Amino acid sequence: MAKSLGPVKRKFSPWTDPQAVPFIRFENITKKFGNFTAVNNLTLDIYEREFFSLLGPSGCGKTTLMRMLAGFEEPTEGRILLQGQDIRGVPPYRRPTNMMFQSYALFPHMTVEKNIAFGLQQDNMPKGEIEARVQEMLKLVKLEEFARRKPNQLSGGQRQRVALARSLAKRPKVLLLDEPLGALDKKLREETQFELMDLQHTLGLTFLIVTHDQEEAMTVSDRIAVMDKGIIMQVATPAEIYEAPNSRYVADFIGDINILEGSITDTASALGAPGTVKIESDGLSIAVDQECQAVKGDKVAFAIRPEKVRISPDAPADLSANCFYGEVWDIGYLGDFSLFIVRSEDGRLMRAAQANISRLVDRPITFGDMVWLTWSRDAGLVLTR
Amino acid sequence: MASVAETNPPAANAGGPSWTRWLVVVVPYVWLLLFFVAPFLIILKISLSDTAIAMPPYLPTFDGFGEIGDSLSQLDFENYIFLTDDPLYIMSYLSSLRIAAISTLLLLLIGYPMALAMARAPSSIRPTLVMLVILPFWTSFLIRVYAWIGILKPDGLLTLLLQTIGLMGPDQQVQIFRTDTAVFIGIVYSYLPFMVLPLYAALEKMDNTLLEAASDLGCPPWKAFWKITFPLSLPGVIAGSMICFIPITGEFVIPDLLGGADTLMIGKTLWTEFFGNRDWPLASAVAVILLIMLVVPIAIFQNQQKKVV
Repeated sequence: MAKSLGPVKRKFSPWTDPQAVPFIRFENITKKFGNFTAVNNLTLDIYEREFFSLLGPSGCGKTTLMRMLAGFEEPTEGRILLQGQDIRGVPPYRRPTNMMFQSYALFPHMTVEKNIAFGLQQDNMPKGEIEARVQEMLKLVKLEEFARRKPNQLSGGQRQRVALARSLAKRPKVLLLDEPLGALDKKLREETQFELMDLQHTLGLTFLIVTHDQEEAMTVSDRIAVMDKGIIMQVATPAEIYEAPNSRYVADFIGDINILEGSITDTASALGAPGTVKIESDGLSIAVDQECQAVKGDKVAFAIRPEKVRISPDAPADLSANCFYGEVWDIGYLGDFSLFIVRSEDGRLMRAAQANISRLVDRPITFGDMVWLTWSRDAGLVLTR
Repeated sequence: MASVAETNPPAANAGGPSWTRWLVVVVPYVWLLLFFVAPFLIILKISLSDTAIAMPPYLPTFDGFGEIGDSLSQLDFENYIFLTDDPLYIMSYLSSLRIAAISTLLLLLIGYPMALAMARAPSSIRPTLVMLVILPFWTSFLIRVYAWIGILKPDGLLTLLLQTIGLMGPDQQVQIFRTDTAVFIGIVYSYLPFMVLPLYAALEKMDNTLLEAASDLGCPPWKAFWKITFPLSLPGVIAGSMICFIPITGEFVIPDLLGGADTLMIGKTLWTEFFGNRDWPLASAVAVILLIMLVVPIAIFQNQQKKVV
């Protein structure tokens, strides 16, 4: 049976359109709990039909932000607009948002059916329509034969589906997902991620998902907001976040990366685009093709992803920049690729990943080998923050 | 020795020697046998005997195993038949059940909001609140009931208070003492902790995100109480009601001290038969019927507990 690989991502980027009206707008939101500032003067726009992720470590304020949209918390300062309407003071039971809770929060004394029907009954929907909608939802999450079970008679994955069906049953304008897949094992999680994308596409809803799992955010989102300590560090598409992080924090939070601290020795932007920046990092010269605001002498970081670093036992032709010589200190075999950790004479470590394109019997490069790490001038980037 | 251990793997030794496990099982049964089954059989036997002016005041008495067959043949259901003949006893039973039912309802109405407030209080002050509920137990039950006499009697504290704040003229007095109202006050006061604690236990473990989920799905808080909170607290409601209803039915001290002459309760009737009339067989029959009446609610309770687990 052919499995759905999810819809082909359509060209969708309302955030680049200056005419587009945001569906949800957080405007200078601050939320304080006593002395603790959970969210600090945050402004964020989310567009209709967007699959938006709030990503960050625990305690960064992402869940608080979502709970303010659901109505469980009121912002200390600022306002939240939903379709242009200020929703301050509107209780949760009158908001057109529905939430899928991290703990699922299924009603233990009700059957799967009754759980899904609960929200519809609150709207005084006619009985026949409720039944039809419940059946539709059960079909959507493939739980038809479990309709009369109680939540404690279901597996974790099934419960998660019930929670999803319950939160989708009312066709909310915005579906809020709080760490929705946290309790699932990796395989099931990946499967569900694609199903979520499928659903979001077919139903045409706006999804806001809170997660600390960067892979999950990368997979499902149109855009990601990376948060730290109550502020947003960067809002961008998954590819931009990965390839062009705007700060050391974002670069380090998403994926694996080598960060080399140094200072700018030369900028050639004066010569015309693309600009070139030269960095000196403890005797290592680095050249990067990048437009950069920084000037000579500025302390910056050079960041490069391990998979963009080549590893070779032979010295490169050009030794003037972008090469790192050292001993293979450790090798992480990860199945699909191997991660080499190379240690220079002065003790600095740098990581290089290599796809295992053939079955590994004898490693051409192994522990203790002296190797050269090289990278092209457009592979890494300069971080000023 | 080592070889013996090898050839005979000690399968039963997982939880210590087998006799200790056997002991653990047997002790509660021995306890039940000695302090429940044996006394019950004695009472049952007395209830089937005849009254006599003797010591002990019934016949036949136990005269050794040789005469046991002779003794058994003298037993009959005379006392039980008498219970159904005189409406006093049936009225006592019904009145007890009525008072117990009304008291349990009052306890629920007062105890539920208390338990709910305790369960919703900040977790830092919850132990203090539980402590406050248990605190009255530190004083003797009898003294607390006597204290209510001091409060409720016509020239008592309640009259004084109402006169002082001007709600009552100096020549008026509270007429509660020695009425059913006083009995209800005494029972509700004495049994409140037994209602609050099981309710609190049920409500406290409830997941608050369930209420958030209900609200999120469009259910306002007052409705969520009846749809979510109350159904989930039912085991606590049943436990609290049983724990209160059963002993209230047989209650003697409170109706005796606070109730009037016309407050009819089976505990009082039993006491009168036993100590006033020295009719041990009839008193025993009253007790046996009471026990049978209460076994039914206990059975319901047990059944409910099984369903919850």
